[in-house]
Amino acid sequence: MGILQVKDVSLKLGDKKVLENLSIDFWEGHIHAVVGPNGAGKSSLAYAMMGLPEYRNHEGDIVIEGSSIKSLPVDERARLGMSLAWQEPARYEGLKVDTFLKAGSRGSSRTTDEALDMVGLEPEVYKYRAVDKTLSGGERKRIELASILMMQPRIFLMDEPDSGIDMSALQKIFEVISMLKKQNTTVILITHSLEVLRHAEHAFLMCHGKLIDKGTADKIIYYFENNCLPCDHQNQPLEEEIS
Amino acid sequence: MSTNNFLQEIIESLPASHRNVMDKDTAHLVIHHNEVLGAHLVPGLDVQAEPIEDGVNIKIRVDKGTVIEKPVHMCFGMVPEEGLQKIIINAVIEEDAAIEVLAHCTFPNAIDITHLMDATIHLERNARYSYFERHIHGMKGGVKVVPKAKVYVDEYARFKTEFELIKGLVGDIDIFYEGFVKREGVMDMMARIYGRENDRIKINETCHLEGESSRGVLTSHIACRDRTNASVYNTLTATAPFARGHVDCKEIVQENARAKAVPIVEVAHPQAHVTHEAALGSVDSKQLQTLMSRGLTEDEATELIIQGLLN
Repeated sequence: MGILQVKDVSLKLGDKKVLENLSIDFWEGHIHAVVGPNGAGKSSLAYAMMGLPEYRNHEGDIVIEGSSIKSLPVDERARLGMSLAWQEPARYEGLKVDTFLKAGSRGSSRTTDEALDMVGLEPEVYKYRAVDKTLSGGERKRIELASILMMQPRIFLMDEPDSGIDMSALQKIFEVISMLKKQNTTVILITHSLEVLRHAEHAFLMCHGKLIDKGTADKIIYYFENNCLPCDHQNQPLEEEIS
Repeated sequence: MSTNNFLQEIIESLPASHRNVMDKDTAHLVIHHNEVLGAHLVPGLDVQAEPIEDGVNIKIRVDKGTVIEKPVHMCFGMVPEEGLQKIIINAVIEEDAAIEVLAHCTFPNAIDITHLMDATIHLERNARYSYFERHIHGMKGGVKVVPKAKVYVDEYARFKTEFELIKGLVGDIDIFYEGFVKREGVMDMMARIYGRENDRIKINETCHLEGESSRGVLTSHIACRDRTNASVYNTLTATAPFARGHVDCKEIVQENARAKAVPIVEVAHPQAHVTHEAALGSVDSKQLQTLMSRGLTEDEATELIIQGLLN
């Protein structure tokens, strides 16, 4: 049994089905990737797992260590050890990096200097800057990752790790993900990038809210390159392709 | 009321970095109601304070070319629960002079206190004047604060003011500032106010960019909770070539509070440029959910976002 289980989850936003009968197990201390084209429902799945208000009204269940978390709001899921890093992190006018990092660090022995160092940002340069529009997208992404390091979650969802950042920053993000794995954190990467997918031990391919295939990263990369990239189904999987 | 008691109240309310009010090389002026309880000047700074009925008439002059190195502390306030305090200020910052003023306005026990300020400030050519006004109110909300100022910014001069009221209840505040900026002059006005319970906040700031390449920024960051009512009227006019200005109003509204922003930008020269942005409403959902996904409750996350906005 996985530490986190998605059990037959279906979700509609308005009239649109975004998740359909989705079941996935995520394994403790492993790195997972949920991959698929734009609009496949990957981010919706992450938001449903995190319990964002618009995504909680789903069918099926989401379970941590055997207990349903379906009724729990975001903050209570976070206090169970789950957290999410957004594709485009929020900006906070006036809120200092140091304060932002400490906000989620309840009981953590890690300092903000250590967390900033780990994501490749110099503490003396960034610690007292505001988490606002003066930071680039890549800097905000790394600061968000530093806040995750401060929190030290047991389950970490990261939406599009490579979005809006350069190669060196992406390398640093991969280093942090490896380190989280060593600390037995369960990592779930939401991505449409094969580069990111290569860092996963388990991969899940989604299309149009459905699970198409699962397996090793190599298996899914092969499938993705040969079936998804040339696909002309406009994000509508053929029935026989659904696992 | 002794000088020591009143000063002690004020000093204890200051951030640690500002507790050097009584240092020999730091100028200060302490006024309780209409009494000048203490004054200490430094070379190049002339301050004359004359008691009037219910207040003090203050004349400030910074001599030509004088740069006052350490911030000058002006402490105004009243310890009793009721009363009226009028502060009339006439300040002249002469050519090439510079001064930074930290004004501490303390009304810790107010039930029915009115604090009026009526200032005329003149910055001569290339002068610098920075005025940071910080209010400490009690939790009874019985203060009415009415600061009014007319500011004349000559060529190459820079005027900066910050008004902060984030501790205690606002009560009733009505800010009215108007500035006139000449060639290459700069006016930067900022207000940060946290309204709670039945607070009433009204900000009316106007900046006239009259000189070539003059610049002006009007910023208002207001948080409104409970039944607070806030109205912000910012007016920026640009009538000279290359004048540049910006109006920024952000108001977070929670519970039964109400907020209104009326930015007016007016340009009367084809080479001038002014912009405005206003955002009113609830806390941004992504900001909130990010902090909640770190384990903060909704109230804790909201408070942190508000504190950032008012930082």
